[in-house]
Amino acid sequence: MLDLIFYIFAALAVASAIAVIVVRDIFKAALCLILLFMTVAGIYLLLHADFLAIIQILIYVGAISILLIVAIMLTRDARQGQPLGKFKYLAAVVSLLLLGTIVFCLLNVTFATPDNAPLNETIKPLGKALFGDQGYLFTVEIAAVLLLSAILGAIAVIREK
Amino acid sequence: MFSVGLDQYLVLSAVLFCIGLFGVLTQRNVIKIIMCIEIMLNAVNISLIAFSRYVTPVVLTGQLFAIFVMVVAAAEVAVGIAIIFAAYRNRESVDIENFNILKW
Repeated sequence: MLDLIFYIFAALAVASAIAVIVVRDIFKAALCLILLFMTVAGIYLLLHADFLAIIQILIYVGAISILLIVAIMLTRDARQGQPLGKFKYLAAVVSLLLLGTIVFCLLNVTFATPDNAPLNETIKPLGKALFGDQGYLFTVEIAAVLLLSAILGAIAVIREK
Repeated sequence: MFSVGLDQYLVLSAVLFCIGLFGVLTQRNVIKIIMCIEIMLNAVNISLIAFSRYVTPVVLTGQLFAIFVMVVAAAEVAVGIAIIFAAYRNRESVDIENFNILKW
């Protein structure tokens, strides 16, 4: 049953990712992108990552896609979209080669997968792993500095002279 | 073959990544290029969380990395859209062909 749900989510994700590229109207492409983010959140749920699924919906569906839609609304000739660039066959060959290489490597490598049952709720262990002893506290600080500098950089770039 | 394990998630991640790569290489609208970069980041997150679920089910290191990838993605979108607006004010266009201000 869960396998069937995974295949439904996977097909939906691949179809909406292709639709983001193929659809000419960029606003509809943004809606397909939101559908992709939601199916990815469902895939996280299938992987027992409940906190990550909620964060996916909060950040990607709630913030990033709204930012993209605002960008679409504020730029004038973005609505009708343009045709693909001139290197599309070369790009298709490159991406298919990369996909083939990755799948070939996957088929020839076996990962050691222990049989432990996954954790039922991940919020507490994630918090302990982030902020506890031997955690990633320094990385959290760096992420905070990165977000602050991104905000300041965005304001500095976009400010009217 | 059809029972879902680590390999299926990794293949899904690879397919999504390559779709995003094709979009980045071929799209001419800058906003759509940013969308395709988001697809690629999501594909990487899927593979990180799949590894976290199947290879280290108790330690959750992959999920921590996915959180940091999301932080970087949010920062990247904010800065990217600011750059798009700044260039749009100069050129009145979002076509990548017109974004050659830095070209020497």
